[in-house]
Amino acid sequence: MSELATSAPATASAMRFRRAGLGEAQVAGALIAVVCLVLILIIALPLWTLLSKSVQNVDGQFVGLANFAAYARSPTLVASLVNSVMVAGLATAIVIPLAFVYAYALTRSRMPLKGLFAAAALLPIFAPSLMAALALIYVFGNQGILKSWMMGASLYGPIGIVVAEALYSFPHALLILTTALSLSDGRLREAADALGTTRRRIFWSITLPGARYGLVSAAFVVFTLVITDFGVPKVIGGQFDVLATDAYRQVVGQQNFPMGAVVGLVLLIPAVAAFFVDRRAQKRQTALLSARATPYFPKRDRQRDWSLFAFVALVGTAIVATYGVAVWGSFVRYWPYNLSLTLNNYDFASVEPTGWEGYVNSLKLAGLTAVIGTAFVFVGAYLIEKLTVFPRLRGFAHFLAMLPMAVPGLVLGLGYVFFFNASWNPLNVLYGTLVVMVINTVAHYYTVAHITALTSLKQIDREFEAVSASLKVPFWRTFSRVTAPICMPAILDIAVYLFVNAMTTVSAVIFLYGSSTKLASIAIVHMDEAGAVASAAAMGTVIMATAIGVKLLHVALNALVFGRLQRWRVR
Amino acid sequence: MTVADTIASSFLRVRGLGKSFGAFQALKDVDLDVARGEFVCFLGPSGCGKTTLLRAIAGLDPQDQGTIHIGGRDVSKAPPSERDFGIVFQSYALFPNLTVAKNVGYGLVNRARPRREIDARVAELLALVGLPEQGTKFPGQLSGGQQQRVALARALATSPGLLLLDEPLSALDAKVRVRLRDEMRALQQRLGVTTIMVTHDQEEALAMADRIVVMNHGVIEQVGTPEEIYRRPETAFVADFVGHMTFLDAVVTGPRSVKVGALDFIVAEDAGAEVGTPVKLALRPEAVQTRGVAADAPNRFDARVGDLAFLGAFCRAQLAPIEPGAPIIAADISANAMRDLGVATGDVRSVAFPPEALRVFAAAAS
Repeated sequence: MSELATSAPATASAMRFRRAGLGEAQVAGALIAVVCLVLILIIALPLWTLLSKSVQNVDGQFVGLANFAAYARSPTLVASLVNSVMVAGLATAIVIPLAFVYAYALTRSRMPLKGLFAAAALLPIFAPSLMAALALIYVFGNQGILKSWMMGASLYGPIGIVVAEALYSFPHALLILTTALSLSDGRLREAADALGTTRRRIFWSITLPGARYGLVSAAFVVFTLVITDFGVPKVIGGQFDVLATDAYRQVVGQQNFPMGAVVGLVLLIPAVAAFFVDRRAQKRQTALLSARATPYFPKRDRQRDWSLFAFVALVGTAIVATYGVAVWGSFVRYWPYNLSLTLNNYDFASVEPTGWEGYVNSLKLAGLTAVIGTAFVFVGAYLIEKLTVFPRLRGFAHFLAMLPMAVPGLVLGLGYVFFFNASWNPLNVLYGTLVVMVINTVAHYYTVAHITALTSLKQIDREFEAVSASLKVPFWRTFSRVTAPICMPAILDIAVYLFVNAMTTVSAVIFLYGSSTKLASIAIVHMDEAGAVASAAAMGTVIMATAIGVKLLHVALNALVFGRLQRWRVR
Repeated sequence: MTVADTIASSFLRVRGLGKSFGAFQALKDVDLDVARGEFVCFLGPSGCGKTTLLRAIAGLDPQDQGTIHIGGRDVSKAPPSERDFGIVFQSYALFPNLTVAKNVGYGLVNRARPRREIDARVAELLALVGLPEQGTKFPGQLSGGQQQRVALARALATSPGLLLLDEPLSALDAKVRVRLRDEMRALQQRLGVTTIMVTHDQEEALAMADRIVVMNHGVIEQVGTPEEIYRRPETAFVADFVGHMTFLDAVVTGPRSVKVGALDFIVAEDAGAEVGTPVKLALRPEAVQTRGVAADAPNRFDARVGDLAFLGAFCRAQLAPIEPGAPIIAADISANAMRDLGVATGDVRSVAFPPEALRVFAAAAS
């Protein structure tokens, strides 16, 4: 009897504990499973459909590699492949040295106005890729103000594509190279200086090897960006066919899905190669830098600083001027004959049936992508990084989250067409709706957002969850009260990144829009096709202004609100 | 008290605990009992498994084999939230975006108690750790020592049966560390909470613990009071790790005697090895008698004073016995003795090694 009396409360409390604890583990497991399922649905399955489509004929029967053989036998398609590789190679060869010197000037000199020129070089990120092409048409095109500079050569073709792509991809290379160059150990420089090493030798023996992996990584990123970009060749390519425009024509024009899938897979090759090279490079880069490395502070050197300043001013001005011309052109009545200013080109309804609706759709897409995407990505990254249950499942989710990095938007878009348009798929009701475009855009930009979230989560003490468990506070409470507030700057970064990219993207969504969900960036393509270049430039300007506006809002928010809300950050 | 009684009265009972990380075996068949109200230190070099053992007890990194009972309840498979413990980490893991008071009250809010009660409990805890009136500050505005106290208050807030401390003092300055360790010990004794602290600092363990668990390579080498650990190390590892110890190669010459080179030593304990067995003779430098050595003292030798290293309160002298073929032996001579005796390099002095201060270990161990 006494035994029963003493053990009963203990058992009861143990059972209560167990019930509460099991609940937490179950919630964790369920959430991780949901993340995995969603990622399978929005990333793995569309890609799988693309792969299987490439080995089927138009009727859906398995034909092995017959499509690939047909591709190899088609001279026009092979010519596109050669064109694509040539254009991407040239653009890479131009961009990487320029971006390297630009990044070098920003990180290793004491030249003035660094912040201004860093911002100037980032301008292309806030516009759709085809904005650069439109700008070039204004300057060097058939009606261009500097057409004579072309010396009879045509802008519409490889020349235009290479230059426009170089402009468009410049900031992407610059960001990677700036990071690579700023991640160098100042002590190496000091040691070399103490040994009386010449500047030339320091450059070749310390600076360049230190940035080696950044260079490789940047080159692959630029090559991939260019070879998979659809907007620029569409606008300025003329009769010069590349893989990206081929894929579009095969799928949208000829409804030849299998051949579209084959082209998509060909486009996947450089991207996948870039992905693995980049991963290797990143591993080496971190190994190169010990935790005790000290940052390098350049000393004043008039000759070096001013010659670098001249270079940066030239390149930076060229970038800003190009986009500036497109903006100017959008306000001009009749380029180049009547340069008086007007808002007529902004009356989109006169050239495009959807008018301003495209812009509204773009805002909706960008807003929804930013809100839904940020919430999902951050919660997903939290579950993957901070929980300890189901390690295999979390590893799998992380793998899926890293996949989109290796998949160009165009290829993902193709996968979405095949997957969400399929008659067997109950989700095909979503095809052509804003929902599928939001899902696609989240998936398209998932990896960078995921890495941003992971990086900020990794900086948080890994014992927070352990402390919470010891205090019997469930993890979701610590997530909302501690982790998410601490990571708020990173969360905002992700939201702005997703918003800007959703505003400017063309390549994936061009396959997915419906009659009532046409986006501003797609409207640009159509207006350009219809010959309304000024209206296309106007729409590009609106997109650019919105994206920059959001970015400025972000900067202001960071400075103002976080000063007050995050009082704890101040010591 | 029988063995069964001991087990019954032990608050924490660990049996046959094992854990591997890949090919690395972090814990091997660990048994441990901790009594209610006891302060136990896990002491050992890095990688010895002490933190792994603590985290297994907490349920943060569950063991592969073995069982854990806390307060008579089998928690071997329970998640951390079902075990009754508070924990302080080396990093403190304070929530930077919450005030000190919110940090301390973090575990209380979840228990649906009236706000007034929570506030009162938080104030009480802050007073307990000597930080009254600091509740509105953020952790980033406090010094390291203050942060450590907040972490302690937070861990104690829910009145856990077991307090786990994972190197709680190692991020602090030497002076603060000494002050805090005395405070923590006093607090623990006042509250009577069963406490386990992981440390690699032997001084900390000797000063704070009721019992010390010395670990190496995932096994427990010895469990004992600080004095037992220091005076009667059971293994060569413990002898070497805790305090300073000189090891001399020796050969057993009788039940209580060994020979080191040409020197004969009498030891207090039976080495339990056959004559001729090679062994290690261990002695602490501070146990070497340098003044008032009686003419008939056991283990008395004449030695020449070699290098003298000044170490503040004492000098470490390298003594070379006059007998040929004898090894050099380190001896600590207090500052007083140095002054009174006027010890200088080159002197020849009589020294003695008290038999009860000598330990004999098997030669295989180092």
